[in-house]
Amino acid sequence: MEKIIPKGLIQDEPLIFEISKKGRKGYSLPRWDVEKIDPLGIIPKNLLRGELEGFPELSEVDVVRHFTRLSQWNYGVETGLYPLGSCTMKYNPQLNEEIAKIKGFMDLHPYTPEELCQGALEIMYELQNLLAEIVGMDKVTLQPAAGAHGELTGMLMIKAALKARGENRHKVLVPDTAHGTNCSTSTIASFQIVEIKSNERGVISPEAISRLMDTDVSAVMITNPNTLGFFEEHLPKIAEIVHQKGGFVYCDGANLNALMGKVKLGSLGVDVVHINLHKTFSTPHGGGGPGSGPVAVKKELVPFLPVPVIEKVDGNYRLNYDRPFSIGKVKAFYGNFGVALKAYAYILSMGAEGLKTAAEMAVLNANYLLHKLKPYYYLPYDRPCMHECVFSDRFQEKYNITTLDIAKRLIDYGYHPPTIYFPLVVRGAIMIEPTETESKDNLDRFIEVMIQIAKEAQEQPELLRRAPQKVKVRRLDEVLAARRPKLRWKPKDKDHMEGEIK
Amino acid sequence: MKIPNDLLYTETHEWVRVEDNQITIGITDYAQSQLKDVVYVELPEIGSIYKKGDPIGSVESVKTVSDIFSPVSGRVRETNIALKDQPDLINKDPYGKGWIVRMEVSDKKELLGLLSAKAYEDFLSKEN
Amino acid sequence: MGNFHRYIPHTEDERKEMLQSIGASCIEDLFESIPREFRLLTLLNLPEPLSESELLNYFKNIEPPTFISFLGGGAYRHFIPSIVPKLVSRSEFYTAYTPYQAEISQGTLQAIFEYQSLICQLTGMEVSNASMYDGATSLAEAVLMANRITKRPKIIISKAIHPEYRKVLETYIDPEVQKIITIPYKEETGETDKDILFDNIDEDLNAVIIQSPNFFGVIEDLTEVAERVHEKGGIFIVCFSEAIAYGILAPPGMFGADIVSGEGQSLGIPLSYGGPHLGIFTTREKFVRNMPGRLVGETFDIEGRRGFVLTLATREQHIRRERATSNICTNEGLCALMATIFLSSLGKEGLKELALMNLSKTEYTKKRILEINVGKLRFLAPTFNEFVIELKDNPEEVLMKLREKGILGGLILKPYFPELDRHILITVTEMNSKEEIDRFVEVLTKIL
Repeated sequence: MEKIIPKGLIQDEPLIFEISKKGRKGYSLPRWDVEKIDPLGIIPKNLLRGELEGFPELSEVDVVRHFTRLSQWNYGVETGLYPLGSCTMKYNPQLNEEIAKIKGFMDLHPYTPEELCQGALEIMYELQNLLAEIVGMDKVTLQPAAGAHGELTGMLMIKAALKARGENRHKVLVPDTAHGTNCSTSTIASFQIVEIKSNERGVISPEAISRLMDTDVSAVMITNPNTLGFFEEHLPKIAEIVHQKGGFVYCDGANLNALMGKVKLGSLGVDVVHINLHKTFSTPHGGGGPGSGPVAVKKELVPFLPVPVIEKVDGNYRLNYDRPFSIGKVKAFYGNFGVALKAYAYILSMGAEGLKTAAEMAVLNANYLLHKLKPYYYLPYDRPCMHECVFSDRFQEKYNITTLDIAKRLIDYGYHPPTIYFPLVVRGAIMIEPTETESKDNLDRFIEVMIQIAKEAQEQPELLRRAPQKVKVRRLDEVLAARRPKLRWKPKDKDHMEGEIK
Repeated sequence: MKIPNDLLYTETHEWVRVEDNQITIGITDYAQSQLKDVVYVELPEIGSIYKKGDPIGSVESVKTVSDIFSPVSGRVRETNIALKDQPDLINKDPYGKGWIVRMEVSDKKELLGLLSAKAYEDFLSKEN
Repeated sequence: MGNFHRYIPHTEDERKEMLQSIGASCIEDLFESIPREFRLLTLLNLPEPLSESELLNYFKNIEPPTFISFLGGGAYRHFIPSIVPKLVSRSEFYTAYTPYQAEISQGTLQAIFEYQSLICQLTGMEVSNASMYDGATSLAEAVLMANRITKRPKIIISKAIHPEYRKVLETYIDPEVQKIITIPYKEETGETDKDILFDNIDEDLNAVIIQSPNFFGVIEDLTEVAERVHEKGGIFIVCFSEAIAYGILAPPGMFGADIVSGEGQSLGIPLSYGGPHLGIFTTREKFVRNMPGRLVGETFDIEGRRGFVLTLATREQHIRRERATSNICTNEGLCALMATIFLSSLGKEGLKELALMNLSKTEYTKKRILEINVGKLRFLAPTFNEFVIELKDNPEEVLMKLREKGILGGLILKPYFPELDRHILITVTEMNSKEEIDRFVEVLTKIL
């Protein structure tokens, strides 16, 4: 086994609990200008706690160094190309971060009277309108905190709309290329899923929908472009079929980056679509959030939008709670305002031409990669893609190399791997989405590396199987982590694996 | 690929050992090789009654979950609690120590619908 | 023109080269798969793009004014140490994606593991997930989890729980499968009426939910509830909206709660007009496989080094799809990181002192307000950093006059509790200096 030779800046760093020292302090609270109350004087003893066991005691230097070191083990969009399919890891403009720090917005309490937060309401109202224009829908809610949350909101609105008609439908049609959230969302909304198979072109055919569409189907959930990177070209016909039987068309808007300014989803027959601000509209991913998943709807679904609805009356912005048909609330307060703010700034920076150019360059970049890589990696659907392309490890199978090995070897070359093993319809899928913020030079470099790896797979497969090597930790034992889950540090822990969860 | 002759099989890759009115169920060598390292087994409650084809539990690896389906109708008598701490018994000894459930059969005729070792072997070659 | 080009690097020449190597004659060729009749021929109707300085000016011009504030009710103005925003703005943290590739995400993964550990200590529970959207959705997911465990219809919920949390819960549950029974609060103390609650516990019980401190700031006595709930095989859920309280209050874990969910915004996360905040979700080890959300676990690499990975992923949507424990994917990762840094910085002594300061300042405010006879203290049970006052005068007028003097005096309760029509909720934190509090009282005195 090759040893990792440390190369300077990858420092090791224990857990905060392990660097803790009794008596260290790292905080500065406002001064005591009132009498210090003894809690026992007001609160019964059994409702009070003793010490905060297991909490660390650290100096400010400890904390800063700790998290600085941790950050150095990570890879972000600002480190390099981050080609995760369907995630749209585009550059996060610094300007947006500055704007989010403006005190008046950052420190604004959600229960501040409306008259005093017109600026915040303006931002939300205007963003709603801009998003509605971009996707070609009538009204937007910014309340959902993420894409999956938006999906749930949309499906609950569809359910409410059907109920208002006096109908109780049970099924949702979901393509085999769908993201897992589409399925789990439908279950939470108490629907049963019926899977539709994509055809040989990797899209859904009207015939497949016709066969399954009936008056017990509430909606078809379609992603456009889909997770294979293809435009669902039959969507208008599909929408017709579904609408004819009284159903709705839900669109998962995760891949909107390919369509901005080129086509409006609303014109294709979509009734409701969620948008991922942390994908298409450049807000940062944060290592797992926060995101924002606004939902745009057509007129028929407007009465069911969550409350409050942001309105503009006589030049003043207000929150309207008087919506008798609303599905209610999906989150406390109004949505992830701090994220919406950044997306709004982005759209104002880009303008119509900017967004259109973004979509065009995103699609150009993906096709460029497709074309350059297809001699080396198997392309299950050999035709032009939109903003992402999907390969598989079929060419490398004969060397006993898998998609996982290829991904791990990319890490040694300094890249974050693409999405792997999704969509499920392609065995060993490698889904690459470069986004428009990558230059041709960056792409050429990546292509060079991918070609090199394909060569290594053939001539030196061991390099892939042993990858990654030039990292802080090598391949981790996920089996152990799942068999003997250790999900926290416990105060009685002295060594690493003590205190196992039984 | 081990497929013991003295057992019966299903198309969903369960094996069945018949002992009088009782059967022992597990998943086949093929199934465990597809799943790879088993990390967790969800076992049914003792005393639960199932119909043929009902999901009665599941077997998990790191990246997948597979349901176990009841090969016949019956009531759960015993479950292999050793699998709680050693789920890998299913990988190491799928037909022996990796057994999963013991059930009382309510309709012996249903056993006739199960596959013989040869039939299961044929089924596997057709699948691949 | 040119503004967005700093984000889209392609030069004219590069575009030509790339098109040529693909074999396309123009960009439009790449959009062939969009049926012609739907392709947009004109630009979207969006405002003219603004340059960086113009944009900053625009936002600064519409910036809302700041006030001395006594607002709370589920979102709290607390001190955020300067190192919190500094550290989370390291781009390796905030421009990273979900840590699926563990080898190059050890920073995020170790930080989440530390977060999970701290939250368990804070709540007295055994397992924490990596975050949910907020306190309200955390509670909704707690109920969905309880339903997976018990498969029973009855949800007993206290009226003293944050009204928005209750509203979100109503939206999430399927009324054909679950019934909500709301238990009143005791008129005098503001605590949940436990007698009525216990009366409603039977074999149909899915879960009992109590918030502590509750929406009125009242500290609930959770003793005996777990025993009664477990007797009938139900799930005991405790929720909270002010995490700082557990710096001195006995955590719900100590009272036998099965799930503790809540809002973590107080832990170093800005108010941001209501979001993004931080949903906290914890449970007992025996329920871990039913738990929603991401989980980070400790393990080793092939060379024996300790490392961290996402684990028990078979519960989640990307594997279990329609039978997943939740549909959650993106959560509030960066906010969880803020909370981790905040709690690391305050540490054992700091959090306790911070909680004590909140309690002390609130008691001081209570005392001074009651001295001047503007109204009476509505609920007599002990409170943490919020309390309810029943005003003699019309609350809207009182608050308007305070506003004119630059003070947001509290939250009017009538929209949420019509029976509390003259009442306001006043919240005091360490950010309210004695001068501010004295000024607040002074202005109130003058109003009468």
